[in-house]
Amino acid sequence: MIEIDYIYPEIFLILSLLILLVLGVFKKNSYDLIKKITTICFLICIPIVYLNNINDLVIFKNSYAVDSLSNYLKILILISTTFSLIFTGDYIKIQKLDKFEYPLLILSAVIGMFLMVSSNDLIGLYLGIELQSLSLYVLASIDRESEKSTESGVKYFVLGALSSGLFLYGCSIIYGFTGSTNYYVISESLKASTNIPILFGIIFVIIGLAFKISAVPFHMWSPDVYEGSPTSVTSFFALAPKIAGLGAIIRILYICFENIYVEWKAIIIFISIASMLLGAFAAIGQTNLKRLMAYSSISHIGYVLASLTTNTKDGVISAISYLNIYIIMMISSFACILLFKRKNIYFENINDLSGLSKNHPVIAFCFAATLFSLAGIPPLAGFFAKFYVFKSVIEANMIFLAIIGLIASVISAFYYLRIVKIMYFDDQKDKFDEVETLGIKFSILVSSLIILFYFISPSFILEFVEVASKIIN
Amino acid sequence: MIDIGLGHYLGLSSVIFTIGVVGIFLNRKNVIVLLMSIELILIAVNINLVSFSVYLQDIAGQVFTMFVLTVAAAEAAIGLAILVVFFRNKGSIHVDDINSLKG
Repeated sequence: MIEIDYIYPEIFLILSLLILLVLGVFKKNSYDLIKKITTICFLICIPIVYLNNINDLVIFKNSYAVDSLSNYLKILILISTTFSLIFTGDYIKIQKLDKFEYPLLILSAVIGMFLMVSSNDLIGLYLGIELQSLSLYVLASIDRESEKSTESGVKYFVLGALSSGLFLYGCSIIYGFTGSTNYYVISESLKASTNIPILFGIIFVIIGLAFKISAVPFHMWSPDVYEGSPTSVTSFFALAPKIAGLGAIIRILYICFENIYVEWKAIIIFISIASMLLGAFAAIGQTNLKRLMAYSSISHIGYVLASLTTNTKDGVISAISYLNIYIIMMISSFACILLFKRKNIYFENINDLSGLSKNHPVIAFCFAATLFSLAGIPPLAGFFAKFYVFKSVIEANMIFLAIIGLIASVISAFYYLRIVKIMYFDDQKDKFDEVETLGIKFSILVSSLIILFYFISPSFILEFVEVASKIIN
Repeated sequence: MIDIGLGHYLGLSSVIFTIGVVGIFLNRKNVIVLLMSIELILIAVNINLVSFSVYLQDIAGQVFTMFVLTVAAAEAAIGLAILVVFFRNKGSIHVDDINSLKG
């Protein structure tokens, strides 16, 4: 087989993007058709990626890795993107966002994410990040009539472009002092010697990537962007870009910088502690659900990074399983948030939920289960995710990190439980509209069932993840 | 006469980079100035990459520069487009007016 045979998923997505773009331009009112075809393309792409998984390869002169880890993350990206397309159908129609560019921008962002998780070279990583970010900037400001949406687009663009600039400056320093942009060559030359300028470069690269996954202290864009952009876009932001960003971070820390663990360990520990604590404290005073989810996702990213500080295979396994469960919980919570509407007006404030349990017992139960799971209460899925992380952190003898994580998760339980209290014990308000569409029901059903019954076989996800992380040693 | 070496180029690029970053954080006037600061950062990176490429006798740095230039053009186009949409809603591109989202 020649090397090009291994990038069929990317070729398939790029070709479908180009064909659909032409179709969308020439056919009037083609949003429905394009959205359906895009969803089908994602679904077709899953088996293509899966069948690609024959053996672990690094192709194109060691610059593009097609291995179990990248394939696993790609399938995760495809599944979460498909969900974020199917449960937002109503919202997009009602908010009049039904332009054919919408699914195509998501498609091009997914191609960028594929590049990010597979790239074994700084040039490829940069291009992937930019392809993803440029599509996301436009998606954030897709509601052209809304002041909030366009403002969030401006904020996201300025800070995102700044972070790519910092990342690039780091890349140029690493290139200059190691003589190559390839991860393997960089890793070899870091083994031989390190000096102060290289450390500068590494710090800049980590800052750039931390920006993309909104880890503290580079999180300032994320609450604004989550609140301002349309909820359908917010749900996409909370899912796929996090997987891609963490895939890039895992590859760069564990393959490119594997020989200078001592140097990056302190940075990642700092970022992780700051994210866990800020995510826990800053969310307490929030009244907007989307803003609260932004802080919640910041603190979850902190837990994932905590397990990456261990530099062991167990750490990667627990990070990826945490990511998995995080994705399921986010699908469930955003699908619930998209249900809170009366007469085609969507409600985003926490107080609008008061007395939800009397009017809509099923929705209230699903949302409450998701919130309990986000808080990490057994026997729901979120507990197991946190358990894996703390286990791997303690095995690596970093007990202080586990203690800080536990404290942060207790504090964050407060604001999750406050929503549950408002839903179950506050005065009743008017009923929300009934759910008609299948997509949103299906998403809530699947994700809630996984959250509720994960404890039956907790090793289910771990088995897949263990296969995926076999390339890390 | 002094010889212009690698150190001079790196010094120049770090000065330009610093001007760009400081420009983003100290600017209180206009969003266009932010776009110019971002371009300055990317220019600093390009100077770095090309001078390293010459110093190392390796072509990869110049290839990287070409990619960065292309992406910078796309980024400026998208940034200006978002800014135009924002201006239509708000009637201003003053940095202090970007304030409806906070908390």
